[in-house]
Amino acid sequence: MNRKVGIVSMGYHGFSPVTPDLSFRELVYTAASKAYAKAGITPGDVDMFICAAEDLCEGYSISDEYCNDQLGAVLKPVHTVTGEYLQAIANAAMIIQSGLGKIVVVESHSKASNIKNMDAVHSFGMDPVFNRSLRVTPHFAAGLEMSRYLTETKTSEEHCARIVVKNRANALSNPSAGHGAVLSVSDVLASDPVAWPVSRLSIAPRSDGCIVAVLAEESIARSLASDPIWILGTGWATESSTLENRAWGEPVSVDIAAQMAYKEAGISVPSQQIDLFEVDDTYSFKELQALEGLRVVGRGQAMHALDEGRLGPDGDLPTNVSGGSLGVGHLLEATGGQKLLELFLQLSYQAGERQIPDVQVGLAQAWRGVPTTTSAVVIVGNE
Amino acid sequence: MSKETLPGTPLSSEEFEKSITIEEHPNLEYSWDDGIAISRYLKELKEGRIIARTCCGCNRTMLPPRMFCELCYRPTDEWAFVEDTGVVNTFCVTRVNWDASRRGPDEPPLIPAVVEIDGASKGMGILHLLGEVDPKKVKIGMRVKAVWKPKAQREGKITDIKYFKPY
Amino acid sequence: MGYRKVACVGAGITKFVRRAKETGRELAWEAAKMALDNAGMTLADIDCVVIGSAPDAFDGVHMKGEYLADGSGGFCKPVMRHFVGGGTGVFSPIHGWQHIASGKFETCLVVTEEKMSSCFPAPAGAFLTIFDHTTEQPLGPTLIWIFALEMNRYMQRYGLTEADIAKVSVQNKLNAIDHPAAQLGAKITVKDVLNSEVLAWPVKRLDISPASDGAAAIVLTSEHKARRITDKPVWVSGVGWCLDTAYWATRDLYYPQYVEKAARMAYEMAGIREPDKEIHIAEPYDPFDYKMLHHMEGLLLCKRGEAARLVADGVTARNGRLPCCPSGGALGVGNPIAATGLMKIIELFLQLRGEAGKRQVPGDPRIGVAQAWGDLMQVGTVVVMSR
Repeated sequence: MNRKVGIVSMGYHGFSPVTPDLSFRELVYTAASKAYAKAGITPGDVDMFICAAEDLCEGYSISDEYCNDQLGAVLKPVHTVTGEYLQAIANAAMIIQSGLGKIVVVESHSKASNIKNMDAVHSFGMDPVFNRSLRVTPHFAAGLEMSRYLTETKTSEEHCARIVVKNRANALSNPSAGHGAVLSVSDVLASDPVAWPVSRLSIAPRSDGCIVAVLAEESIARSLASDPIWILGTGWATESSTLENRAWGEPVSVDIAAQMAYKEAGISVPSQQIDLFEVDDTYSFKELQALEGLRVVGRGQAMHALDEGRLGPDGDLPTNVSGGSLGVGHLLEATGGQKLLELFLQLSYQAGERQIPDVQVGLAQAWRGVPTTTSAVVIVGNE
Repeated sequence: MSKETLPGTPLSSEEFEKSITIEEHPNLEYSWDDGIAISRYLKELKEGRIIARTCCGCNRTMLPPRMFCELCYRPTDEWAFVEDTGVVNTFCVTRVNWDASRRGPDEPPLIPAVVEIDGASKGMGILHLLGEVDPKKVKIGMRVKAVWKPKAQREGKITDIKYFKPY
Repeated sequence: MGYRKVACVGAGITKFVRRAKETGRELAWEAAKMALDNAGMTLADIDCVVIGSAPDAFDGVHMKGEYLADGSGGFCKPVMRHFVGGGTGVFSPIHGWQHIASGKFETCLVVTEEKMSSCFPAPAGAFLTIFDHTTEQPLGPTLIWIFALEMNRYMQRYGLTEADIAKVSVQNKLNAIDHPAAQLGAKITVKDVLNSEVLAWPVKRLDISPASDGAAAIVLTSEHKARRITDKPVWVSGVGWCLDTAYWATRDLYYPQYVEKAARMAYEMAGIREPDKEIHIAEPYDPFDYKMLHHMEGLLLCKRGEAARLVADGVTARNGRLPCCPSGGALGVGNPIAATGLMKIIELFLQLRGEAGKRQVPGDPRIGVAQAWGDLMQVGTVVVMSR
């Protein structure tokens, strides 16, 4: 049962605020074609396909119906994980570890630009009786969390604003990022207080795009790629789906998911054993909270790590060098795919001007957004 | 397990009416990018024509048109106009609308059908409605032709074809 | 093939009703708790949770899996929801199988739920959104269209009459009288079916299972855990799933190719070479009566076009050579989509342990197959269970 699982290739298209020239089918075909070409395979070689998608983000029901043609997966085993890309990756790894499939493809895409009222979609995810009826912007849930987090850890709003500045600046070095920009802390703090302390510029804007990953069991991975990237550990967890039940300031689900992944990967000191982090920054405070949940730094210590420059591309805990969701654009359920893609590119030394030297192990962590407390972690490494 | 002990409490319609209710009308609006293939399809429908794509790998002429062949997994090759006539592959007859309401006594029943379009590959059908035909006379294998809206009323939608009728 | 063995050790189910007082979460909880109690386990014994529920539009909650997590035991645990439309309920144990067979987990709680009654003006209306938004939705299609189009093609291909097909509804609703969760158990006749309201010819009201609320759950474990919990584990010995093209109007609908492929995948894993001889009980998905026939053929339980004759000859009755839907199926028990599929799995679980009470088929059955179907006549999910 300890079959090693490798990522042979990743293909993508994106990531920009609109993609008017391509339908979602054409978008996925573009990304998948690249993934297959790089892996030197055809869809006929693939045993199973997993798509990460939610109906209301696609705009139609039973989204798995429409996911397979553009992957070349006609009359093949295909299923949808209504969850984060990283959960689908974990699922694919489990299928390979079971021995049932040797090559499994994972796809997810965002056509966020086609959703005219994203707030309505997020609100629709809340309890219809107790929460939705309040008729408040769904960002309120993030506002409650941020408020609690700042109080418990004594992190300042200014620290959170600096995450926005950092990530959007990082994105300028990422040719596929949709929202690279030079911002100042005062820009962020002065932006529209959507659900104070959450302000407009501290919320990741959205992008369209698609990411396709080809996973394979070890011997096949080695035959298809000279340097496959290995999945060292996966973890995912849900704390409580009920707003009224959760520990608002504490990243409980991140912690549980991370411990699961660390155990599998044999990691006991993440800050020393992991070289690169692509973590959730759907809201600016989330990045700091996530690093603490991942136990990369102690509780309340993330702001100090930021102060000391440790989280920058030149620091010892480079975080979101891709630009994160703040800089690339949030990709709905495909967000974790973009994080994994960054690790894949970095670990295979294809990250161009933003390449971090001497990277061997990377960690991707994503959160499913309001109103969930579901996080997923995937740890990957080269050899 | 027995009927008495299984959990689950059925509500009658009366109980349902009497409860406190919260009604919600979510504003879930989408504006889909049709992309290259479907945009052309719709544009041609506005012109009163049906257009398909061909794939040299499997020699199919495909409807609705698509920029990649899902079987050969390669880009499709050419645009190809097809006829607006075809054969009924299957059909049904209904007086029930999409929201489960019933059609009025003066409204004719709907006759949804899959029409295999002439000029496209065998079996290549599209979903549409039949009209100007007695439901009892509809047969699988019947030949039909599209009845288009007048040019000024066409919008670049599948409903630019009002229905298919026997011919 | 050498896969890690995975067993079902407990099951729970709620009544299937047109409209339940309980919320979706509460329904999920009832079924999950019952399954745990049945296995003699607590939530602390569960390593991971897998949730199956069909379109979010029914319950009226986006990210329905998250909403249901609390009720499904998914508190501070790994929870993942999967989705293949109507095929979900039989994919649920497959998803759970993947979790355990990988070696990553020892125990898994599989929970399926559906609360269709929340959807207004009628649950059927939610199905508008499964059609292609540009090339099909403007025509105002409904789910019944699909079934009627497929049923017509199937009937025409084999020269079957509506009466031939109505026998399935009669058989299944009769079987369901003995199922404690049943919404629609009844003694009806072929004439009743033929006289019922035509919804979309050839489909009539008594040819179909209407909207339901309900939930079902099972506990899956690895072999060594199973042996400590029960002396009658039922093994998930074969899994298969297959999705066909979304361009459904280009397919000849008389035969579900994708069900056959999924079945072959499951049979190969289970070491079954002659399903029509080796399978003792079948629970093919029967949301509409002709579907049971369609799926029996796709499951290779008989030759194409022969299924109706098997029903007419009593072969598929509970005391027949190949009982099909001894539970009463969706037609008789009800169809809260994802929970229906798992209800069929639970039926096999009970039958193979000799615990199906009045529904018990004679002869000590040891191998059963359950199947579900969904999407735009696209997906087949198949599970073989054995003792």
